[in-house]
Amino acid sequence: MTGYILRRVLQFIPTLLGVVLLVFILFNWIGGDPAYLLAGKMSNPEQIENIRKQLGVDQPFYVQLWIFITQIVTGDFGVSWATNEKVSAIFATRLGPSLTVLVPMLIISTVMAMAMALLVAYRRGSLTDRAVMIGCTVGQSISILVYIVVFQYVFAYQLGWFPVQGWGQDFITNLVKFSALPILVGVAVSLAPDTRLYRTFFLDEIHQDYVRTARAKGMSETRVMGVHVLRNAAIPIVTNVMIQLPGLLAGAFLIERFFSIPGIGREVLLAVERSDFPVIKAVTVYVAVATLVFNLLADILYKAVDPRVQLK
Amino acid sequence: MIAAQVSSPGLWVLAWRRLRRDRVAMVSLALVAVYLLIVAAAAVGWIAADWPREAGVNYAPPGFAGATVDAPATETIIAHPPAQALPDEPAIVDPLADVLTALRKAQGAAPEVQARAATLPLGGDKWGRDVLKKTIKGAQTSLIVGLVAALLAVLIGAVLGAYAGYYGGRMDDFLNWLYSVFTSIPYLLLVLAIAAVLNQKGTLTVILILGLTGWTGIFRLVRAEYLKHRTREYVLAADAIGASHARRMFAHIFPNVSHVVLVQLSLHVVLFIKSEVILSFLGFGVGVDTVSWGSMLNEAQSELILGKWWQLAAATAAMAVLVTAFSLFTDALRDALDPRLK
Repeated sequence: MTGYILRRVLQFIPTLLGVVLLVFILFNWIGGDPAYLLAGKMSNPEQIENIRKQLGVDQPFYVQLWIFITQIVTGDFGVSWATNEKVSAIFATRLGPSLTVLVPMLIISTVMAMAMALLVAYRRGSLTDRAVMIGCTVGQSISILVYIVVFQYVFAYQLGWFPVQGWGQDFITNLVKFSALPILVGVAVSLAPDTRLYRTFFLDEIHQDYVRTARAKGMSETRVMGVHVLRNAAIPIVTNVMIQLPGLLAGAFLIERFFSIPGIGREVLLAVERSDFPVIKAVTVYVAVATLVFNLLADILYKAVDPRVQLK
Repeated sequence: MIAAQVSSPGLWVLAWRRLRRDRVAMVSLALVAVYLLIVAAAAVGWIAADWPREAGVNYAPPGFAGATVDAPATETIIAHPPAQALPDEPAIVDPLADVLTALRKAQGAAPEVQARAATLPLGGDKWGRDVLKKTIKGAQTSLIVGLVAALLAVLIGAVLGAYAGYYGGRMDDFLNWLYSVFTSIPYLLLVLAIAAVLNQKGTLTVILILGLTGWTGIFRLVRAEYLKHRTREYVLAADAIGASHARRMFAHIFPNVSHVVLVQLSLHVVLFIKSEVILSFLGFGVGVDTVSWGSMLNEAQSELILGKWWQLAAATAAMAVLVTAFSLFTDALRDALDPRLK
């Protein structure tokens, strides 16, 4: 096991180097000279020369690449171009709000989608199954933007059940008051695709021999479905959720933007709008690291719960 | 021995027969065809070419709702003062209108009295532009972006996948490395990062961003198929008769994996239509002179608070119908091409 983990971690290195190279090429070559972006419209050549010196973009590209790699290893990406806040500080303060919304959202949507998927998989081919599947297809085809706009308008603005947007100071207020509607939106958006996916996982299990054996032993249907099938289908589901997590961290930017949640996703969006390259670079690299780590964790978890899985 | 000469139906004929028996698939296909026809008509300028014309009054309500729909909407605003004050622009006066009329008069042309309709078929936006025409133009943007970007992504993914799977070895290692680099960055983050770097709007930019980032899934599948096929007997036979590598890859193997590619193409059209809407909504998508369902939804956001729901409804419905039809058709296509999966 240790050998396997070590090998996998070593395999991170070429991939991460690739990510670094990709980000470097994107921002240092295609992105043009950042000095012009920073100096603004009113600038003179000396100012631009100065900024170029400060950023190190007057150096040859291998020196710049080395600067970038040291930044990643030390975790010091300098300051945001837009706000002069330290990039590391931005991460430290934005992670909490993101997780406050994401973790409950993931738990609720996973549990709900599993329950629905189990139900429709059990009644496969029935009217319920087909109705839910068509509902999921339609639900999936509506843009996430519409969910956010309509939910915010109806539940917060018209009915006044939730605050329209905002974020407070203490964790409980944030979780109960400000995160409730964003969580609801997130669950509504992910329920349809998750149900469809989990249904296929359940269908893979339902026709296995052990299910027939359990039934032949005279077990109740509840026990067969709720214990035997559920536990086996939970393996791909849980690993699937784990793999999703890093992507969600940056991917929840629409929800965070609409509800003014000071999370990582909103920061990414702001950075993109302001051409705040240090922040985007840092987010991209760290989310890539997180993705690799979570993929590895998912594989290890898979092995832990399913001894048949061979890790190579 | 006469029976042997009767040719048996091929894969595509069989698939088409299965597909034709599937009623949902046929309805979906018809719907997609209607969209394509409308988009083609809009693209050559037969319909909706005058979408920027301010045909109705500002926020003209849809015809079926009648002109009175305004009254309750205003009441709701008073009842619930907006938490976040939005710029309230009930009547935008064109500052250049007088100048323009004067100019037109001076030119001797008949002054264009634009009779502004009180209602429009699907309502009007802030400037009184016809929402129906905007929706049609939005469909044009979405479908063109979706189709071209999906073609680009499939082309990249299929060619790279074919090379990796067929040759294996170093080529495979290199392309797998590229794949792992691209997939370790979440898709939307990568799209946003590239949008930030390019920092220019436009349909072509969106197509390039989506096409150049979206090839990874296709690459993986096509590579797996080529790995499977390259040692099959028919490929060895092709080798024996002296077919070149390129010929074996694209003339012999490709037709046998093309069903995978076709399903992926269809899946990616849907994915890219959705992504384009989000990009345009955020302002990183198509230019300001192009309508997109995303930019319509962006406008609709502030309109909704004023009670003007029709632009939101039109864009949402148009997109939902297209995407649903396309998704259902894709599912049916996959079942028809690979009946074992069902």
